[in-house]
Amino acid sequence: MKDEAVTREDRVASLKGMGCSRKRVEDARFTQGKGNYVDDIKLDGMLFGDFVRSPYAHAKITNIDTSAAMEVPGVLAVLTAADLAPLGLHWMPTLAGDKQMVLADGKVLFQGQEVAFVVAEDRYAAADGIEAVEVEYEELPVIVDPFEALQSDVILRPDTVGEDGSPSDGAHGPRKHHNHIFTWECGDKDPTEQVIANAEVVAEESMYYHRTHPCPLETCGCVASMDKVNGKLTLWGTFQAPHAIRTVVSLISGIEEHNIRVISPDIGGGFGNKVGAYPGYVCSVVASIVTGKPVKWIEDRMDNLMTTAFARDYWMKGRISATKDGKITGLHCHVTADHGGFDACADPTKFPAGFMNICTGSYDIPTAFLEVDGVYTNKAPGGVSYRCSFRVTEAVYFIERMIEVLAIELDMDASELRKINFIKKEQFPYKAALGWEYDSGDYHTAWDKAMNAVDYDGLRAEQKQRIEDFKAGKTRKLLGIGLTHFTEIVGAGPVKNCDILGLGMFDSCEIRIHPTGSAIARLGTISQGQGHATTFAQILASEIGLPADSITIEEGDTDTAPYGLGTYGSRSTPVAGAATAMAGRKIRAKAQMIAAYLLEVHDDDVEFDVDRFVVKGAPEKFKTMKEIAFAAYNQAIPGIEPGLEAVSYYDPPNMTYPFGAYVCVMEIDVDTGVTDIRQFYALDDCGTRINPMIIEGQIHGGLTEALAVALGQEIAYDDMGNVKTGTLMDFFLPTAWEVPNYETDHTVTPSPHHPIGAKGVGESPHVGGVPCFSNAVHDAFRAFGLRQTNMPHDHWRIWRTANELGLHD
Amino acid sequence: MIPASFEYHRPTDMAGVLSILVEHGDDARVMAGGHSLIPMMKLRMADVPHLIDLQDVGGLAGITVGDTITIGAMVTQSDIILHDALADAAPILREASLQIADPQVRYMGTVGGNVANGDPGNDMPGLMQCLDATFTVVGPNGERKIPAREFYEAAYMTGREDDEVMTAVSFAKPVGGHAYEKQKRKIGDYATAAAAVQIVKDGGTCASASIAMTNLSDTPVYSAAAGDALVGTSVDGDAIKAAVSAMLNDIDPVEDNRGPVAFKRHVAGVILARAIERAWSRA
Ligand SMILES: Cc1cc2nc3c(=O)[nH]c(=O)nc-3n(C[C@H](O)[C@H](O)[C@H](O)COP(=O)(O)OP(=O)(O)OC[C@H]3O[C@@H](n4cnc5c(N)ncnc54)[C@H](O)[C@@H]3O)c2cc1C
Repeated sequence: MKDEAVTREDRVASLKGMGCSRKRVEDARFTQGKGNYVDDIKLDGMLFGDFVRSPYAHAKITNIDTSAAMEVPGVLAVLTAADLAPLGLHWMPTLAGDKQMVLADGKVLFQGQEVAFVVAEDRYAAADGIEAVEVEYEELPVIVDPFEALQSDVILRPDTVGEDGSPSDGAHGPRKHHNHIFTWECGDKDPTEQVIANAEVVAEESMYYHRTHPCPLETCGCVASMDKVNGKLTLWGTFQAPHAIRTVVSLISGIEEHNIRVISPDIGGGFGNKVGAYPGYVCSVVASIVTGKPVKWIEDRMDNLMTTAFARDYWMKGRISATKDGKITGLHCHVTADHGGFDACADPTKFPAGFMNICTGSYDIPTAFLEVDGVYTNKAPGGVSYRCSFRVTEAVYFIERMIEVLAIELDMDASELRKINFIKKEQFPYKAALGWEYDSGDYHTAWDKAMNAVDYDGLRAEQKQRIEDFKAGKTRKLLGIGLTHFTEIVGAGPVKNCDILGLGMFDSCEIRIHPTGSAIARLGTISQGQGHATTFAQILASEIGLPADSITIEEGDTDTAPYGLGTYGSRSTPVAGAATAMAGRKIRAKAQMIAAYLLEVHDDDVEFDVDRFVVKGAPEKFKTMKEIAFAAYNQAIPGIEPGLEAVSYYDPPNMTYPFGAYVCVMEIDVDTGVTDIRQFYALDDCGTRINPMIIEGQIHGGLTEALAVALGQEIAYDDMGNVKTGTLMDFFLPTAWEVPNYETDHTVTPSPHHPIGAKGVGESPHVGGVPCFSNAVHDAFRAFGLRQTNMPHDHWRIWRTANELGLHD
Repeated sequence: MIPASFEYHRPTDMAGVLSILVEHGDDARVMAGGHSLIPMMKLRMADVPHLIDLQDVGGLAGITVGDTITIGAMVTQSDIILHDALADAAPILREASLQIADPQVRYMGTVGGNVANGDPGNDMPGLMQCLDATFTVVGPNGERKIPAREFYEAAYMTGREDDEVMTAVSFAKPVGGHAYEKQKRKIGDYATAAAAVQIVKDGGTCASASIAMTNLSDTPVYSAAAGDALVGTSVDGDAIKAAVSAMLNDIDPVEDNRGPVAFKRHVAGVILARAIERAWSRA
């Protein structure tokens, strides 16, 4: 094989490995309508199930009459809690150590709760059947406010009180009240109180991070098919963690795990909505077992918004102390967390408030204390991490608002205050006051780059002029300059402290090299639009020297893929990406031995060069990986098994800590509350960059979801517990029309402990974007005395702020 | 989100439509673009056992432009936007239509459906009141004409009888300056507040003005008093203030997810002031 004409650069380029903006291989099917989503799955004799849902937020159920529904043509069965109880399936465990009703067991706790499951020949008959089920409710007092819940005599969950009427212990320790779920503490309480008591300056603020929803374009759903002949259950579904779902299904159904096959087909967005286990899955499985036919369940948009997986709903109270020059000395944070009727958060078991304890942010804060109280209310369960690692968006919002409030207290520029307090480059690895060890960072470099890129001083000068003009009556528009420096914590995580239901949060990759030099790799993760088939092939291309175009990536089928914990919390690249690199290195190690044999030299005398092994000092003597692959299957090599395969299960030694510096420049019409984003600059540091184009796409998407949350997206309830934002008319999902132009930029600070230095990026823009948009709104009104106004900053709330500040007088 | 079952009828002429309406009474309803009716059916807020699709009924989709402008009931919002002669003669129609819903909805949504629907959120009823349009309906007893300013009684209650079908809207070719100003939360949203304004200028003073507001009451609000406040003035700040306060006496907004009443009243004033200024600058 002579290829002298081909330069080394050409060989690198032809691999389309790491750093290349390779086009997404998935898009050919997605853009042609050839994706295969769960609702595309159609099986012979398939039935359709759907729920009778509660119109009330809190009510006793005195009777369910299914007889009329059974008369509806096409309706085959109606399941209620009474049918599931003998199987022990009327309740199911949640990922948070709580349990949740699969079908209402005597009462309902939130509007839209699953009351009965109608199984019919098609979804039209099911819808008619639902109308015909007669449920008698007796309304109970509704509590939608967690503070009221903690005072109220009303017992939301009968299982929270012991026989003597006092609160029983919850999954995370004693309860303070029957509607209380847990207290989670972190850091040093007394020292923090002392530091704050003795501080020169203290800023105190309360903020509400409102309830919202991930709202993926594709809602949740599944198809359950029980084959009674071979005893095998196949479950297709919108699962962000198919292997964990298999284990959970096995544990709760008693079906042996080898007899369950879970398949996540193409998934139309997850954002945390598809991590948990939902009543629809359980009911579909039971219905398939009962009827012997495949059963499909698909949420409609209202079901999705009202019942599966809300996000946020954190009432946060902070105190931050500093010297009068602005050096932060302490931070205290208390959260009242509204979890709704069941605690169904999808957090690692030991972290009932997720990684809220990253709330010291990017700052060197010597002393800190965090306390979170989880509370039941009459709202839907969830508490998922919507496009963020566990509760990281809440944490970053909290600290980035507290910094702004402290800047006001100190009468200091908010950029300057950040610079004074950033953890310095030489302090990494940095042990934070609330326990985490930040692996790497260079915040000052990123920040300065951002400030220069937007001409920060120029913006402030313009803003000063604008304020004067406003006061002189020359304009009715204010200018807001929103700043954010975020530090994320992703890639959960080290098995020693991260598990879900006892399953360690490692991940995996298994590679098979085919004789002709192409390959298939399977992972324990599952793409929901992130482009894994594109980027994981790039990692492998660089690691094993075969072109990315010759590598198939497969995920989501538990019968074929190695066990892994799935995709959420930006964990795919940090964990499964690392497993991929490590498995690739095993392939390479064996390839080296084969190459040495073929080249008739000692193993140590060959070295890897892009797509081949060459004899050290004699680059004209080489074997390409393609040649080596063939040899692995057709040569009898002494001491080496035939074949070329590897598997790696990767337990990360630490989390990764992506960071970024964002700036938002916003015009605000004080008379109408209308906002206009003039500029948005996003600098991200996700360590090693695998595919810059995919990174940019992730940034654009995450920023757009951040804009949504900051400026209007919410799940709102009235006092009766009715959901006021159950359709896309009122639930804000931005379109191209509402989205500004984004300027993206980057620095590269590789993770020191990750095999390829990559940190994860899918969620950074959301985590950093929300406080940045919100800070822009706050900043516009800072000169008029605003300290804190809660999101979402929709027109009327901004108008209210202006009104309360006297700007309409 | 699945409607109750229904019979689907697709007659090819008006006689066919009317005979089904007469036969089934309350149980029958016509459908134009379906973009208001179908969502209501899917939410099971409208139960329509007999759905009569107007798509194949001829003669309802024309636009004629002269001293009088006539627009057939089945003309879509998109047709309006694309019709250059109409945009020259009555530019407020294109300006308003471009602020309705989104392009996909505008390909389906019709003028007849928009004005017949009776939803206070629809933009065309207010627009038609501003233009002093007349609606033509036909029923078993023949044709009749109803002024837009008298058509709306309450939310979803109009002067049209259940067995009547709207065939066209018509109005005199507007003169003077125009503006359609609308505040909404996002594309595809109904108005937080919207104002339709036509102003005629004579020398430096306002000779006549017509003002109608949208989504600020359970019906569109034609505010004669607001228009009168401008007549004879130079449409300066004081006159605009007077028009705004007259308009505020005529609206009656309710709180919803768009905001509380005080906010809506404030925004209504701002939107109307802007609409007047723009219309005056074009007059
Ligand atoms: C996402 C979305 C956003 C929207 N945003 C806006 C907006 O911002 N502003 C706005 O004005 N509209 C908006 N609409 C409504 C849209 O413009 C509708 O299409 C329009 O209001 C109704 O027209 P249609 O042809 O679809 O009527 P249909 O839905 O077919 O009918 C509506 C009602 O009118 C009756 N009807 C229809 N035609 C006749 C007729 N010829 N005679 C008698 N009765 C008739 C029907 O029986 C029904 O009761 C929106 C719709 C959607 C889905």
